[in-house]
Amino acid sequence: MADHLLEVRNLSVDFHTAQGTVHAVRDVSWHLDRGETLAILGESGSGKSVSASAIMNLIDCPPGEIVSGELLFDGQDLLKMTDDQRRDLNGRRIAMIFQDPLSHLNPVYTVGFQIAEIMTAHGTPKDEARARALELMERVGIPNAADKIDSYPHEFSGGQRQRLMIAMALGMKPDILIADEPTTALDVTVQAQILDLLEELQAETQMGLLLITHDLGVVAEVADRVVVMNSGEIVETGTATQVYHNPTHPYTKQLIGAVPGTGEMAEPMDTAIKPILEINKMGKKYGAFTALQDASLTVLPGETVAIVGESGSGKSTLAKTLLRLEDATSGEALYQGRDLVTMDAAELFALRREIQMVFQDPTQSLNPRMSVYDIISEAFVIHPEILPKEKWTARVQELLEQVGLNASHMYRYPHQFSGGQRQRIAIARALALEPKLIVCDEAVSALDVSIQAQVITLLNRLQEELGLSYLFIAHDLPLVRDFAHRVVVMQGGRIVEQGPVAQIFDAPREIYTRNLLAASLHPDPEVQAARRAERLDLQEAV
Amino acid sequence: MTDTKTLPPQNIPAQTHPAKQILMMLWRDKLAFCAAIFILIVIFCALFGAPLLEDVATKQNLRGRNAAPFDFSKDWVFWLGGDALGRPLLARIVVASQNTLMVATGAVVVSLAIGTTLGLIAGYTTRMGSQIIMRLADVIMSFPSLLLAVIVLYMLVPSVGNLIIVLAITRIPVYLRTSRAEVLEIRERMFVQAARVMGASTNRIVFKHILPVVFPTLVTIATLDFAFVMLAESSLSFLGIGIQPPEITWGLMVAQGKAYLTTAWWLSFWPGLAIILTTLSLNLLSNWMRVALDPVQRWRLEIGKKSNG
Amino acid sequence: MTAFLQKRAFASLISLMGLVVLVFFLSRLTGDPTTLYLPVDASLESREQFRELHGLNDPILVQFGRYVGDLVQFDFGMSIRRSAPAIDVVLQAFVWTLQLALITMTLVTVAAIVIGSIAAFHIGGVFDRIATFFSLIGASAPDFWIAIISIVIFSVGLGWLPTSGTGTVWHWILPIAVLFIRPFGLILQVVRGSMVSTLSSAYVKTARAKGLRNKPIIFVHALRNAMLPVITVIGDQAAALLNGAVVVETIFGFPGVGKLMIDSILQRDFTVVLAAIMVTAVAIFVMNILIDILYAVLDPRIRY
Repeated sequence: MADHLLEVRNLSVDFHTAQGTVHAVRDVSWHLDRGETLAILGESGSGKSVSASAIMNLIDCPPGEIVSGELLFDGQDLLKMTDDQRRDLNGRRIAMIFQDPLSHLNPVYTVGFQIAEIMTAHGTPKDEARARALELMERVGIPNAADKIDSYPHEFSGGQRQRLMIAMALGMKPDILIADEPTTALDVTVQAQILDLLEELQAETQMGLLLITHDLGVVAEVADRVVVMNSGEIVETGTATQVYHNPTHPYTKQLIGAVPGTGEMAEPMDTAIKPILEINKMGKKYGAFTALQDASLTVLPGETVAIVGESGSGKSTLAKTLLRLEDATSGEALYQGRDLVTMDAAELFALRREIQMVFQDPTQSLNPRMSVYDIISEAFVIHPEILPKEKWTARVQELLEQVGLNASHMYRYPHQFSGGQRQRIAIARALALEPKLIVCDEAVSALDVSIQAQVITLLNRLQEELGLSYLFIAHDLPLVRDFAHRVVVMQGGRIVEQGPVAQIFDAPREIYTRNLLAASLHPDPEVQAARRAERLDLQEAV
Repeated sequence: MTDTKTLPPQNIPAQTHPAKQILMMLWRDKLAFCAAIFILIVIFCALFGAPLLEDVATKQNLRGRNAAPFDFSKDWVFWLGGDALGRPLLARIVVASQNTLMVATGAVVVSLAIGTTLGLIAGYTTRMGSQIIMRLADVIMSFPSLLLAVIVLYMLVPSVGNLIIVLAITRIPVYLRTSRAEVLEIRERMFVQAARVMGASTNRIVFKHILPVVFPTLVTIATLDFAFVMLAESSLSFLGIGIQPPEITWGLMVAQGKAYLTTAWWLSFWPGLAIILTTLSLNLLSNWMRVALDPVQRWRLEIGKKSNG
Repeated sequence: MTAFLQKRAFASLISLMGLVVLVFFLSRLTGDPTTLYLPVDASLESREQFRELHGLNDPILVQFGRYVGDLVQFDFGMSIRRSAPAIDVVLQAFVWTLQLALITMTLVTVAAIVIGSIAAFHIGGVFDRIATFFSLIGASAPDFWIAIISIVIFSVGLGWLPTSGTGTVWHWILPIAVLFIRPFGLILQVVRGSMVSTLSSAYVKTARAKGLRNKPIIFVHALRNAMLPVITVIGDQAAALLNGAVVVETIFGFPGVGKLMIDSILQRDFTVVLAAIMVTAVAIFVMNILIDILYAVLDPRIRY
């Protein structure tokens, strides 16, 4: 048993919080060997990061408390060591990288300093550390590393920042690298590159890689073995292929079932119907910068049109100009024949009822100081012609039930609800105006996979019941594949390709679309292996 | 994919009455609770004590000149001693609380109202308008408030009204800057965007969505500022350019007692103590508010005992 | 950076001009200027003479032009009481105030940062509670009261320290100690609050994962980030001291700008008051620009 490089035995960690004691993880055991990749898979609140934090001594006690267990590293129990001994292991033998590298790098120091620091902290002389920092920056693929070594984190792109984090972690050639959601906020193509880099580096150094993720696709791409966690407990362990193909625990089955991208694709709609929205050559410039150029697309009644693209592709700008949150600089957007771009304030006000929006983060899009009733009934306050005041309460209850919430909760405040419930409230608010078209700006991106699936099902049901059209802005291709009738692909402010969902996914014409598709990860390790080969081919072709 | 028609009622706690909730949170922070009680007593003194004790406080009694404190055989108004003209200190402190609080309250309310309005305008208007308002704030800010007050009171008559105006002017930039900065931040938040998408008017956005979010911050600052203005007023009175006798304020009482420091320390000590206790209470309350009004930190006061205490 | 400094200096100049206009019209429009410039008991003839001499009977705009012209040459006129150019009197006093402010603010800054950082690191602990409690009291204390009480205790009662003047090192102790209290309390609270939030930031977590010791985590990684809001408050407090710690200087008989200004007001020596306002205003503008530079030095993301 003691031959594992790292072994967690029966770890239980509690957090003492306002609502009482939370058992963050209970009786968790797993191990990691040299040269191996272990993934810990779980949704938010599953406790997937807790054991890693315990290993790195990052749990604040109090409010945390390690109730029981052993953390064996090279046969020695970390929990029996002094703080100084553990500090010495951190960074030198066990290193860690995090999600969101921008906030995890100190904004006021140069990246060179921060990479070198991990070495100087463990006794390497300054010059040597700096030379090695430069070497590492080159190794992880930072172009012109010698010029960039004295730059600050904000001067790099998101993908480069994660590369820098990796360079930093590798400073002392650690035996174990812990990666906590290392690619979550990144674009799919960048995500693929980072995962490739991690695998390459692992092959070079034979380090053990512990990957914490919520994404089955990431597991399929890199993991040898996987540990599935749900509400603080391990529900399943095995090789990635085993777990995907023969899940035994109901939770795992449900999780795999909820992963988008494997269902039937929608049939294209009859294009003979008159479109509800017709955008012609719309453009938006911010000074000299062109955020959106010549965008043209149509949306039919009852249709879901997805706009996909990476960050900076102009997809959110399109939504904002369409809703007149920003003014378009050129082009037109005809809603039932009337131009949204040039329309005057009074006409626009009347049209607000017809076109609504659901935002990405429901925590941000609901006013924290208004009750759910106030939030939803605000629609009637602004547009009093919808409903006489005495019917508001009944209608709000009706709307809440329609989106699957308990109507008796209408006098509660947004922070009392979970993320998925909040997004339902936001949808109810949009529905209150009885719109015909709803623009969903990354409306499910911030939610867990299983919640995501529930919200998508809700949107589908509402479309059937009410004949809604959706303009669905997303970066997540598998999700779009299951949900959209038609797909519009954007890059650098332009629409590069559009067509029925089957055409885009099965026979993409543009190289950009093919790259995007190849970079998106499939939850089945076998399918993903094939896709990966395809991606590498594409890379060589370029 | 499952979509349960109605989600199970998760443990969403029912909302307790806001006033009761605030009282509970105040009770959790014992220091803030004491501070609130003390402030209530001071307000009570200013409202009801002053008119009642006015006569007692002005009646000269040459035999009780500089009477020592803690002589409990005397009338209770003399328990803190008597001043140079034999007037009871305790009664004078109670009477002086009226002017002291009036000036501070007036200045804070006026500056809060004007500053917030200007800040909202500056945050939600054209570049030009905003620039003018901000430069104006710069001019005022380039001057510590005490000094500006000194200059203006030098040229004007130091009456209660003028004192309020002068102190209010010096504090306007505080609220102006805060509210403007908050407006600029909040107007970009998604719930404001959502309101705009629904067709909400600028007025509705400012008063229904932005102001309620900014307001707690402003009240917190106002509480702190109340202490600041009180100290400023006291300093001015102490220097002899604030309220003029026979009117009294705590600051003035400290100044009047200064001549007798070595022989009768209590003349200056008690009014000074009144000032320090009041400002300390306001600071404690402001700190408490910062936590209580912040939804992220509020839990610290909602639970019985700090888990990491 | 240079472009920013120019822009900033220009904005300051505009504000300064606003101030000039304000002071001028306040002094001319709120009553007879001769009551401001001349002693209270001056005769009617001497008032009329003064009017003629200084052109106070000219149209207001002509007076304003002359007033601005004089200001540009730093000519504020003669001090009535001291028979010396007002500007010289003020500059002499300003040097004293500058020394006092520099020493006090240096002590305050160092003490508040060190104690505030440690308190934030041990949040909720005994050290934190004591530091927080005393900083609250410090921030609430009226300085004039502290000043006279400390005179009673240390000068009169114990006889350790002199009550007023500037002769020896001992003379400086009480004024500095009294001036120290309030800014120390205020800045300590800001340091603590700011440090608490930076210590829970993501990059501090990274630093811990890198295996850094507590000292570099607090003083290298957290502190520099925590300094930005602190600097703003330090600036405000320093400005207050630069303007002459009016009360403290008066009580301790310290010959700085604050005491000079109060004395001149009580003696109705308006030229000196005016010169003092302008000198301190300029000093504050300069300091504000220094603070903006400091921002940019501390945070590379700020590029003007």
